[in-house]
Amino acid sequence: MHLSPSIGVWVAVFLTLCVLSFLYKDNPFYKFAEHLVVGVSVGYGMVLWYTQGILPKFITPFFKEGKYIYIVPAILGIMITMQLVRKYAWLARFPMAFLLGASSGIGLPRTMQAGVIKQLEATMVPMGFSRLQYIWNIVIFVGVLSVLIYFFFSKEHKGVFGGIANIGIWYLMIGFGATFGYTVMARLSLFIGRVLFIIQTALGIQVAG
Amino acid sequence: MFLKRQLPLLITLVCGIIWGVQYFIPHPASEAVYSFYTDWGLVIGLFASILGFVSIIRLHYMKVRHHAKNWQFSVVTLSAMPVMIVAAILTGTESGGAFMWLYNYVEVPIEATMFSLLAFYIASAAYRAFRARSAQAAALLVAAAIVMLGRVPVGAQISFWSHLFPGTSIPQIASWILNVPNMAAKRAINLGVGLGMMMVSLKIILGIERTYLGGQE
Repeated sequence: MHLSPSIGVWVAVFLTLCVLSFLYKDNPFYKFAEHLVVGVSVGYGMVLWYTQGILPKFITPFFKEGKYIYIVPAILGIMITMQLVRKYAWLARFPMAFLLGASSGIGLPRTMQAGVIKQLEATMVPMGFSRLQYIWNIVIFVGVLSVLIYFFFSKEHKGVFGGIANIGIWYLMIGFGATFGYTVMARLSLFIGRVLFIIQTALGIQVAG
Repeated sequence: MFLKRQLPLLITLVCGIIWGVQYFIPHPASEAVYSFYTDWGLVIGLFASILGFVSIIRLHYMKVRHHAKNWQFSVVTLSAMPVMIVAAILTGTESGGAFMWLYNYVEVPIEATMFSLLAFYIASAAYRAFRARSAQAAALLVAAAIVMLGRVPVGAQISFWSHLFPGTSIPQIASWILNVPNMAAKRAINLGVGLGMMMVSLKIILGIERTYLGGQE
């Protein structure tokens, strides 16, 4: 056992234990850590906002490179903050209209391409029984079709339609189960990471393997 | 009325058409229109972030001012913000300074532990959700169990049958579940999400969806 001499490590251990104390019940230690992380991350965000955002994207182009046109998006951005003043809250509608209109216009064809056509392309691949992969392609095709039918609520799920929708539910359940299992393992590995931090980094106890 | 309601809708329509058409025009001028949005959108977003900063400061300030329940913790939040800013001003944002020290030893451990806490709550949620009350719920349970076992070494070690039937060890079955039925379900969901996003975009451009205007006149 070799205790860490770093103050930072012990601060991190204390805060880790503060958060883990929530497993017993909500308590002042957890609340302290919770509020502290909010403050620290907002402060961190403010610093990054300035150093990596407003400084290179507005201050430098506007004041040093003479790109005075940047005053327009700056004014539009300030208009969004007018939501804080009830009397002038309506001013926020113009930048919001610009942002939403442009992003919807940009998103429409790109979503069609990436979210619909690419997905369909990936589903319509060679199928058959000559190769194992071709059989799995059939399984995927049947799954995509049946889940889509399950989500089609304009027609009552009865008869053949209902039967196909039922197959879709099976696919969804297996998919949700797999996602759940995957998420649990990701969270558990995070937890193991925190435990190892306390045991190995702070207490200096080496765990075999 | 025109200024407050129709004009924003008109701006949305015109911007939606311009940037929607831009995608189909392979020309440097069209690319310039696209970069114009990315540059301007970023600057607008940066200034709009002030709204978020002011909101959270105001929220905690009001809690302290009115001595709301647990207001003492709001003091912690309000104090931590300037501490980070002062640390950045005095020691810079490079590693080795007080700013990155606070990030590495305060923010990172708390956030990582908070995320890891979810493992316990997911486990308790699983107890409620995974009780195999129907065949379909059992499918969810079995898929989750196989994927979980497939991600750890013990999954391969207990697959004693895999010598007799190659390709059927738990990690391989877990991989198949993730790549075949799971992918089919995800792909169908993604298709639905894609179509939904397109519909919402169209509704915004055409002025059918106008909640962003707020409830006032």
